[in-house]
Amino acid sequence: MLEYDLVVVGGGPAGMAAALAAHEEGIEKIIVLERADTLGGILEQCIHTGFGLHYFGEELSGPEYAGRFIEELYKTDIDVKVDTMVLDISADNVVTAVNNFDGLLTIQAKAIVLAMGCRERPRGALSIAGSRASGIMTAGTAQKYVNLDGYMPGKTVVILGSGDIGLIMARRMTLEGAKVKAVCELMPYSGGLTRNIVQCLEDFGIPLRLSCTVVATHGKERLEGVTVANVDEHLKPIPGTEEYIPCDTLMLSVGLIPENELSKNAGIQLDTVTNGPVVDEYRETSHKGVFACGNVLQVHDLVDFVTEESKLAGKGAAKFIKGEKQENGVVHTKGENGVRYIVPQNINRATDNDVKLYFRVGRVLENVTLTVTCGDAVLLSKKKRKMTPGEMEYITLKAEVIAKLPADSTLVVSTKEA
Amino acid sequence: MEKRDLICVSCPIGCAITVELDDNGQVISVTGNTCKRGDSYARQECTHPERMLTSTVKVEGGRLPVVPVKSSVPVPKEMLFDCMSEINKVTVKAPVKIGDVVLKNILNTGADIVATNEV
Repeated sequence: MLEYDLVVVGGGPAGMAAALAAHEEGIEKIIVLERADTLGGILEQCIHTGFGLHYFGEELSGPEYAGRFIEELYKTDIDVKVDTMVLDISADNVVTAVNNFDGLLTIQAKAIVLAMGCRERPRGALSIAGSRASGIMTAGTAQKYVNLDGYMPGKTVVILGSGDIGLIMARRMTLEGAKVKAVCELMPYSGGLTRNIVQCLEDFGIPLRLSCTVVATHGKERLEGVTVANVDEHLKPIPGTEEYIPCDTLMLSVGLIPENELSKNAGIQLDTVTNGPVVDEYRETSHKGVFACGNVLQVHDLVDFVTEESKLAGKGAAKFIKGEKQENGVVHTKGENGVRYIVPQNINRATDNDVKLYFRVGRVLENVTLTVTCGDAVLLSKKKRKMTPGEMEYITLKAEVIAKLPADSTLVVSTKEA
Repeated sequence: MEKRDLICVSCPIGCAITVELDDNGQVISVTGNTCKRGDSYARQECTHPERMLTSTVKVEGGRLPVVPVKSSVPVPKEMLFDCMSEINKVTVKAPVKIGDVVLKNILNTGADIVATNEV
């Protein structure tokens, strides 16, 4: 059995940042295990720009952003195994993995960082009537076809769901000569960033149809068209509003699901809203010494925030390995009045850093007062012009404020519209 | 005087910006932005809108059949499709490195088309 101080599962932006942060803290034996044949994760196919504005102060494409970390990683003595699939994490932190050159690998780890990312919600998760014609795929799959494999998956496209990948692909397909006929969104608001609605749809005159969904697909071998319909306030299709749109491709951008099969098998407690592990301020899960960061923990909008979170997890793992992680009772967090979840779910009162509480709202809110309370005490209050479910928000709590809270008390983040 | 509401696309924050223009289409004021980039985006957008262009270029003999590219600086919005036609004519030979110029000064826009990955 191999022995490492830190095993990082996943070599995307989260895994790389966590490994580098732990290395900076003086952790010597680190290994990154990656399922794909290169490091970089999904950034490899995200060729559009807009990455790195916060972290590097530059506007980079996905591969460039990943490239910076890959370069850093290869300058260190951090071990990397690509084409390697992790199969299991045991109760005593033994990682089992498999690949073509080592066969079955077992690694005893002092600490583990989970950075497996997320996957797209597939067609099977939606109840759309119709045959299994080709031409129906997730937006991310289409993105791989166009940007990595170099071919166009279709000529006339309807996109269901207004998540960012769908919007990005609407522009990409249009630039490559396809006709994107509509982006249909079930909800009355978009799930993507506003800037993407502007520069990916409005720039090219692609209609965004809100409160609208695909109710049927047509065609036997290849998709020939879809039937769309408007939905009522209960998200049910309204009879009589059906419209047939001819198209050879239907792309789905209907949400991302953190990939937590490993975490579940290891018995790690998951949050039912984020579908990611329940963590503390250093992103340690319910399983001692196992940390989680990036999209496996909560789906992010910006990779810059993934990097920030993952450095925290890497630093936390380093503290754990060195036996420096302080414990003196925890405070729990909770969202109310439109705040769907909070990450982290627990905060150690002995934390040595200010803590950012990340959250999303469940609907569009305007002229909002955001408060953080504990019992009757209002700890923070902040005005916000607009908050949308498509954009992750955060509010920062000072370490000295946290230290004064009673053990086992609950911090509540809440909103009130003017 | 004309008022125009814009969503800044300089970064993913997407600030809601209001621009006041005089009768000659000259910018009088920019409000709502939270950084300098927002101010220049708003002025640019109301006079000569520009966009970063990203795409892929064919590669011979690389680990992938295409390499991602970007414009080194934004190009005029109305020239995006013309630039795409030029980009789609190009084939490069591996190895390609991040920052390699695959097309210089595309359609005299002043923007180079540069590779953004190693292939």
